[in-house]
Amino acid sequence: MHYLPNDPVAEEMLGKMGLSSMEDLFADIPEDMRVKRLDLPPGISEVELVRTVDKMMKESRGAGDMPMFLGCGFYDHFIPSAVEYVMSRSELYTSYTPYQPEMSQGILQALFEYQSMMSDILKMDVVNTSMYDYHTAIGEAILMAKRMNHRNVFLLPEIMAREKFQVVENYIRGAGIETRTVPFKDGTMDLDALKGMLTGEVSGVYIENPNILGLFDKGAMEIRSIMESRQVLVVGVNPMTLSIAKPPGDYGADIVVGDVQPLGVPISYGGPTAGIFAVSMKNVRKMPGRIIGATKDAEGRRAFAMTLSTREQHIRRERATSNICTNEALTSIMASAYLASLGKGGFRELGLQLASRGRYLAGRIDELEGFRAPAFAGHFFNEFPVSVDVSVSGLLKECRNRGVLAGYDLSRETDLLEGTFTVATTEMHTNADYEKLLEVLVKSREVLL
Amino acid sequence: MSSDFRQARYSEPLLIEKGKPGRVGTSLPPWDEIRDITELLPDDMIRDPVNLPEISEPELVRHYVKLSQMNYGTDSGIYPLGSCTMKYNPKINDKIASHPTLQRMHPLQPEDTVQGVLRMMYELQESLAEIGGMDACTLQPAAGAAGEFTGLLIARKYHELRGDMTRDEVIVPDSAHGTNPASSVMAGFKVVEIRSAPDGTVDLEALGEALSERTAVFMITNPSTLGIFEKNIRGIQKACHEAGALLYYDGANLNALMGKARPGDMGFDIMHFNLHKTFSTPHGGGGPGAGPVAVTEKLAGLLPVPVVVKDGNLFRLDYDRPDSIGKVKGFFGNTGVLIRAWAFIRMMGGAGLTRVSELAVLNASYIRKRIEDVYPVPFRTRDELTKHEFVASASFLKENGGSAKDVSKMLVDRGLHPPTNYFPLIVDEALMIEPTESETMEELDRFSDALLDIATATAEQFSSAPRNSSVARVDEVLAAKKLILNWNQLKEE
Repeated sequence: MHYLPNDPVAEEMLGKMGLSSMEDLFADIPEDMRVKRLDLPPGISEVELVRTVDKMMKESRGAGDMPMFLGCGFYDHFIPSAVEYVMSRSELYTSYTPYQPEMSQGILQALFEYQSMMSDILKMDVVNTSMYDYHTAIGEAILMAKRMNHRNVFLLPEIMAREKFQVVENYIRGAGIETRTVPFKDGTMDLDALKGMLTGEVSGVYIENPNILGLFDKGAMEIRSIMESRQVLVVGVNPMTLSIAKPPGDYGADIVVGDVQPLGVPISYGGPTAGIFAVSMKNVRKMPGRIIGATKDAEGRRAFAMTLSTREQHIRRERATSNICTNEALTSIMASAYLASLGKGGFRELGLQLASRGRYLAGRIDELEGFRAPAFAGHFFNEFPVSVDVSVSGLLKECRNRGVLAGYDLSRETDLLEGTFTVATTEMHTNADYEKLLEVLVKSREVLL
Repeated sequence: MSSDFRQARYSEPLLIEKGKPGRVGTSLPPWDEIRDITELLPDDMIRDPVNLPEISEPELVRHYVKLSQMNYGTDSGIYPLGSCTMKYNPKINDKIASHPTLQRMHPLQPEDTVQGVLRMMYELQESLAEIGGMDACTLQPAAGAAGEFTGLLIARKYHELRGDMTRDEVIVPDSAHGTNPASSVMAGFKVVEIRSAPDGTVDLEALGEALSERTAVFMITNPSTLGIFEKNIRGIQKACHEAGALLYYDGANLNALMGKARPGDMGFDIMHFNLHKTFSTPHGGGGPGAGPVAVTEKLAGLLPVPVVVKDGNLFRLDYDRPDSIGKVKGFFGNTGVLIRAWAFIRMMGGAGLTRVSELAVLNASYIRKRIEDVYPVPFRTRDELTKHEFVASASFLKENGGSAKDVSKMLVDRGLHPPTNYFPLIVDEALMIEPTESETMEELDRFSDALLDIATATAEQFSSAPRNSSVARVDEVLAAKKLILNWNQLKEE
């Protein structure tokens, strides 16, 4: 009961209130609705909890226990200790939505800095302080596109994570939006096919750059030019790639989505991360989510506050741009502390290193008999598609039995990518990890031949 | 009217205004084969380096330490923000959430490599179902509003599967959280708002008029946002179910009821939990949180995929659920939040959680008792009881030139976080107060004394507050009128 300071003084408090028992405070709950007791395991001490967690973690393994080359949007990057320390500042992490800006300038400024850095990285004017994740950000983007042009058909890439299709479907069905998928060709979106699909009822197009294969979209630079101006271009990014690659604001994106996870956020079995959501200034009032603005205090000093709250659910209720309230603010701040830690030079250097490692590893795998990497021609960053002349699921299982998580089987996402898996690398990998991967790939294939 | 509280007041520059060219805040591992960018990307896809800050590690750390000192969290003191349940966040929870194995566990790893975490998730699903009196649970939604959205998608599918295609309305009381109507619209429903009865409870007559063959769901929180337990809940349940509607429990106020009463036993079909409220996970300045959803047996098959199931001694992710609504978020939910809530439940046990709710209600009732002769509580039931929160009105201060907002700014000056203001909308100059079980009697007294003291303030005192915070009163109107949303726009000023 060490979280409950009034446990020993409850009687005294009840006495002061003129009550005789705790039961008096619950007299409004009808007897027939009472629960006798909760059927849960009895409480334990902190020591026992630590012991339980240690045991639980021993039943699990992470990237620290075996070489791991899984990606698909989640990358095991190094997190500087200073960034972790910043996240441990409890005045920040135990606060909530800064409804009282005067006593919340710290979190407000930190979020304003996130908006600013992400805005520079994406070359978009306005970034909100987060959606839940990449998946839900795509759903919100399609809803926003409808608010912009009142059209009901949205185009999605044919190759995309199954989960993204499922989340998007749930987000848009209530708004009566229909989706169609644009075929892919040679590892990226088929622009000719897209041209034929851009009819007058189409609200917008979503492209991923890089896509699920890890490849940059070959048509990305052109796509805006084949769309009507009212049609909305939504681009999904891995922000780490924007250390070297052209930002979506430079090729006509109206809305940019993505996930901050690669920017210093632990993979933590899938969350929490934070969804990126960015728009241009002219559309800011149609945007979902929370936005921080700079202003002044009564003494004329620089100050920060939440702004444009009239778009949000607590004011606008059923006419709000979204239902989002609690978001992933702290994770956004973690990403900006990470970006500031890398800084201008470090971000560039890391980006070059990651893309170089990707090239190196793809080249080495491509030299192995029976493997092709990249499996589709194109440019990529730290993740690339591999094809092999044996069963992919069998191969990955054999690799796992030899102590390496070698990649991700894309046939689990779509039948179109049968026979292909992705391999992702980061600065966490050593040369020994690469050699081990190559050795295990060769052995595992031999077993299956 | 004096206070020794002084919040740090730095003119801390923005990150981009600090540093010098060439400074870096971290080091990278070596890699010998760095290629030229022209080898890595086609010419038309190459960008110039992003203009990020150039600061060293000490500058970075001091920057955020200063920002943190200009911020107030539950570790700073009482944070009685009504309906947000700002309780203490146990330190052990953060420690286990940052366990190195968990932090580097990939969501696409094979199930046999993540048994421990799946066990945790399974236990959390089971515990939440027990606390809510429900039969099945998903941990996937990332927040309370995401939980509402998930629950409403489940309701929609339930009616569709029964061939009941006309149900396109969700009824909410006028005291509901703003997320309720907003989530309803996102899930494709029309919103029907009903007035509250004079004592703040659901007006059964208004509900009866609103219910029809078009009603899909009635959404309420119990206790309501006024802190009042719905005594008529049996009648409400009967009316809803007879009309063919489902009953949704907004779990934002569950901190009042653990171990006392369960939504499932009250006849609710669907509920969400706010783990960042009731189950002690940090609010993170706005998030991350988690909003698991629990349902009764008849809706269990509709939960999002995957659900964690136990097969003998093995835990696995069950995707084979043909009636499932699909997915509402990537992967399995905010695992780092889930494990904190799991730890809280493990440490408290059933008896501990019951005591949590008792003390949360005691603390709120204690403040109410101390201040209600001065700050009236407009909606009151005959038994005069409220639960873990209550709503007082500051409208009597208008004649002194004061408002709920002014009261809040004067609380800031005393180093006390203000309550929620201007919500629920049905109370004029609302002060919605929820101290939680974490506060000592002494802190409750200090807070109550401050409120009573502030009630005698003059117009000048009201308008000049706050003085002791990092900045004076912030011009929020200017922030909306002249949008400055990043540091480039600020520089252009």
